[in-house]
Amino acid sequence: MVKSKLAIFGLTVLGLFILLAIAAPVLAPYGPDEIVASQTLPPSSSHFFGTDDLGRDLFSRALYGARVSLSVGLVAVVISVLIGTLFGALSGYYGGWIDSVIMRFVDVMLAFPSIFLILAIQAMLTPNIYNVMVVIGLTSWMGVARLVRGEFLRIRELQYVEAARAIGCSDLRIIFRHILPNAQAPIVVAGTLGMAGAILTESALSFLGLGVQPPLASWGNMLMDSQAYMFDAPWLAVIPGLLILVTVLSLYFVGEGIREKLDVRG
Amino acid sequence: MLEVRNLSVEFNGVKAVDNVSFRLDKGGTLGLAGESGSGKSTIALAIMKLVVPGAGEVLLDGKDLLKTSEDEMTRVRGARISMIFQDPFTSLNPVFTVGEQVAEAVRLHQGMGRAEAWSAAVKMLEAVHIKDATARAHHYPHQFSGGMRQRVMIAMALACRPEILIADEPTTALDATIQMEIIQLLKEVQAEFNLSVIFITHNFGIVKAFCRDVLVINKGRIVEAGSVASVLSNPRSPYTKKLLDALRIINRE
Repeated sequence: MVKSKLAIFGLTVLGLFILLAIAAPVLAPYGPDEIVASQTLPPSSSHFFGTDDLGRDLFSRALYGARVSLSVGLVAVVISVLIGTLFGALSGYYGGWIDSVIMRFVDVMLAFPSIFLILAIQAMLTPNIYNVMVVIGLTSWMGVARLVRGEFLRIRELQYVEAARAIGCSDLRIIFRHILPNAQAPIVVAGTLGMAGAILTESALSFLGLGVQPPLASWGNMLMDSQAYMFDAPWLAVIPGLLILVTVLSLYFVGEGIREKLDVRG
Repeated sequence: MLEVRNLSVEFNGVKAVDNVSFRLDKGGTLGLAGESGSGKSTIALAIMKLVVPGAGEVLLDGKDLLKTSEDEMTRVRGARISMIFQDPFTSLNPVFTVGEQVAEAVRLHQGMGRAEAWSAAVKMLEAVHIKDATARAHHYPHQFSGGMRQRVMIAMALACRPEILIADEPTTALDATIQMEIIQLLKEVQAEFNLSVIFITHNFGIVKAFCRDVLVINKGRIVEAGSVASVLSNPRSPYTKKLLDALRIINRE
């Protein structure tokens, strides 16, 4: 009961953030890169979140930053769920040497500390928003693969799968039409939690200067820009930090909410 | 029309099916009787090539199914040989409506469009006496009782008018009264669709009610074969006698 309230809170917050991000050009009082006032003004009625070290309106930047951070999270998680589901499904359904090869590959991928792997790849590529999405997606699918494999191992032994074979379904049809729909709930949970992780990773990358590049705003690089002014203008750090915190927390609440719903049924 | 020759299946060195041969005539009803673990279900799965036999031949109109490719087998399963299973509670996919599941069988083999397959599915559901089939086709498996689900399974299995139906203990998970209804339904569809049936069971009462011929199976081997009348009245193998005695003791109590 308590958890479902949290889940609803999370959904509401996420919905609101997504709407704000979409409506950024309408809602933002200034352009995100526009220098509109003196530097590091504290929050006031004309600048809700104050201004940053270059005199840009922080509220406008936060709105545009939401677009970047949320879309990086979403695209990265779609990539990782697609790859993870495909590998996990093949691994769990066929078993044998296919399973061994895929799972050893997963182990190798997991053995790399992923943040260093991402940093190394990003250092070689031009760091821009698209690379960030793809690289995060390509380095975060292993959990999904293991989860989907487990689900497939369980479901493929059920009688309706045998019944599907008995009416003449091919392997691919059984994998995608009969087993996958029965595994979708845990995949949705993993995707939700994965999106939180992807947003955090994007922030970390941007904070380190290898993510989204200025002047394009993301919550991560807004944080980075605030470093030097931590004591003189703490709102520069607190606001994007809070936005990341609230978003990630909301995603966790939603994920946990879905997981709890599943537990009741299963 | 279906002939099984010297079929053997091994799991990890244990012979689940050991050198089994029999034939099923057109329109025939063959019972496979034996206790749990005797290998009767494995024989069925091997005929469908759902488990891969170690040796032997499964001849369908003279063609060895064990030598056909997996691709070709998907065109045999459901279209020429169908199977229904023991537990109707787990043999339907929970995320699809029963109409979709019956229609899928039709679409797989007869290349019908969505709407056409759906109306064929509704007709099949009517054929297995599901009341108000037009509306019920939109329901999910959990909205059906066990007996009704078994009817849906039969509709699915027969949707493409197969020649052979393998019924693997189709009544074991059901109540006694529902069991008789399902047996009755199977008899009816057998006549209507001109089916040859292999009926797997451990219950000689059902063998007597449904089958013309019977194979008694123990530890993967056929211990006795013949017409139901002769095997029941004059069992020669000691194993068959023991099984029948067990039945008689229950009946006497």
